[in-house]
Amino acid sequence: MSGIAAAPGIPPGADRDHSPYLWRASADPVSAAGWSRRRLLGTNLRSVLGRAFPRIVGALREPSWVAFEVGMPLLTTSAFVLVYRALGAPEAFVGFAVVGGAMIAFWMNVIWMMAAQLYWERSQGNLELYFTAPIHLMSILLGMAIGGLFMSSIRAAVVVAAASLLFGVQYAIEDWAALAVVFLLTLAALYGLGMLLASLFLLWGREAWHMVQLLQEPVYFLGGLYAPIRVLGSFAYLVAGVLPLAVGLDAIRQLAFAGTEQLGLLPVRVEGAILAIMAVLFLVLAHRALAFVERLARREGRLTIRWQ
Amino acid sequence: MATPTFASAIQTQALRRVYAIKPRPVVALDGVDLDVAAGELFGLLGPNGAGKTTLIKILTTLLLPTEGTARVAGFDVVTQTGHIRRIMNMVAGGEQSGYGILTVREQLWMFSQFYGLGTREGWRRVDELIELVGIAEQRDRRISSLSTGQRQKLNLARGFLNDPWILFLDEPTLGLDVGAAREVRQHMREWRSTVPGRTILLTTHYMAEADELCDRIAIVDRGRILAIGTPAELKRRVQQESLFRLEVDRLPGGPGALAALPGVLSAVTAGDADTAADSGGAASIAVQLVLQDDAALAAVVSNLTAAGVHLRGIAKSEPTLEDVFVELVGRGLSEEAPGAGDGEANE
Repeated sequence: MSGIAAAPGIPPGADRDHSPYLWRASADPVSAAGWSRRRLLGTNLRSVLGRAFPRIVGALREPSWVAFEVGMPLLTTSAFVLVYRALGAPEAFVGFAVVGGAMIAFWMNVIWMMAAQLYWERSQGNLELYFTAPIHLMSILLGMAIGGLFMSSIRAAVVVAAASLLFGVQYAIEDWAALAVVFLLTLAALYGLGMLLASLFLLWGREAWHMVQLLQEPVYFLGGLYAPIRVLGSFAYLVAGVLPLAVGLDAIRQLAFAGTEQLGLLPVRVEGAILAIMAVLFLVLAHRALAFVERLARREGRLTIRWQ
Repeated sequence: MATPTFASAIQTQALRRVYAIKPRPVVALDGVDLDVAAGELFGLLGPNGAGKTTLIKILTTLLLPTEGTARVAGFDVVTQTGHIRRIMNMVAGGEQSGYGILTVREQLWMFSQFYGLGTREGWRRVDELIELVGIAEQRDRRISSLSTGQRQKLNLARGFLNDPWILFLDEPTLGLDVGAAREVRQHMREWRSTVPGRTILLTTHYMAEADELCDRIAIVDRGRILAIGTPAELKRRVQQESLFRLEVDRLPGGPGALAALPGVLSAVTAGDADTAADSGGAASIAVQLVLQDDAALAAVVSNLTAAGVHLRGIAKSEPTLEDVFVELVGRGLSEEAPGAGDGEANE
């Protein structure tokens, strides 16, 4: 039997016959494996798009999810709005509840469709294919995040629009650019945290369902979703230091309802800086955690052996 | 780092893999030496728990060896994983990868992006592969609605997407009907023959499949390679003995009772597929015998007759790979190794 070197394949650039068993000809495995940095980067960027694709298709193909995922937060938001109005609370609190109800969409997406996702991908058999594809797993996580953002943004926008119309919320935005920056920083930090949690769930999660629940209700409470985080007192500073949702929401509220700064926890600039640091930190930690998980998976047989 | 050389598509030396699980470690591979030449269709034949899937997982960079070395197209599986991932692909039998909400076409396109095909290029390639593997009618159906056979054709198309040089196929015809399995085997042959140097490593426990497809076969059991050769070479190992197939209405004491008789080298019951019922509905048990010579058959028949067993048929057999396996291991290929299965999730 001759070796590959002695029996080369079709030289690159040569006219391939139209055998459907061949698409991109390469001379031999060495040239096929020798990718340029540009090709490597391009493939990873395409992978981001590829992994976002099923989420975007899913969101558009089965719009029934909107009814459930918008309806439920609207009910909870409405309950808080009615309580605030019955108590005669400042009208800004109504707006706070609406914004909080919208931001839940992103947190739900982060814990259900980011943090728990790799764990579920493993049981489906997708994880092995991601590991053996010539890409970095961060591309897969980024694709998940972008696909998830698409879904969550629709949900959040619908909640804001519906609740604002329903309760006549008056926004007072003086600095649109700052609001956009803070919003994007919040998402970056949130999804960075989701990427980190994805590795950790995979590592420790015997049952991702329970881990997700552990992060759901406590964060609703600590994140100040329906009331300013300041009401938590000095404990709020600790929460703001670890939970991007809490600090992001606080900054968004200050910017969306000008004049309510006294209800905010920290100045918006400080909160923006915290969010930026969190975004970078979580992304770096996610990258490292993923590398650690892959090493562990290969060494101990975890993740790819289903009984483990 | 040494420059890779490609005399071998796959090469392992003293490869060992131990799973550190409680209550005791499981040795899944125990000193495997393998050299698969470029362009070969090489088969790993063995029962559940033999170590076949562990070997594939090491070669596809999913697992690290505990000891020894393994190279794919000259690239080291420990230090050059990126290179290996660019030139190989893998397909497993019963694979349920992907997302049920996607159609066949969308699913394949998604995977094409992981291998760097351009957006439009990906769609064109996907359409071509869908036609090729014969699932054109299902192209716009969600993958959750596909039959097992259609699903496996989809998986095979996924395996072809990146024009790999080395294709790892782990029980690719598992659970398929005869027609679908035949088509999958035909695709394997044609894919390989399109470009000289393309290599397939196939694991299977279907002997006929290994016999039909493989240039060479390694018989694996309990993490060790017991024999390597072409199917003809392997079968010649047992050709000097006499092989008989008996059909009886019952078998008191099981095949072990026959194996203890003088001149009988081994006796195993055939698989379920070989156990039939006659026109009256009575069950029939098929037994494969390996005898020192034809004369030993007399003692077997006498023994069965004395036990009141009704002999329904005797036929002299040509040796099969199962006979080789029985001679090497002392049990049938369909019989799981004692204590096996705890080291192999997918075998």
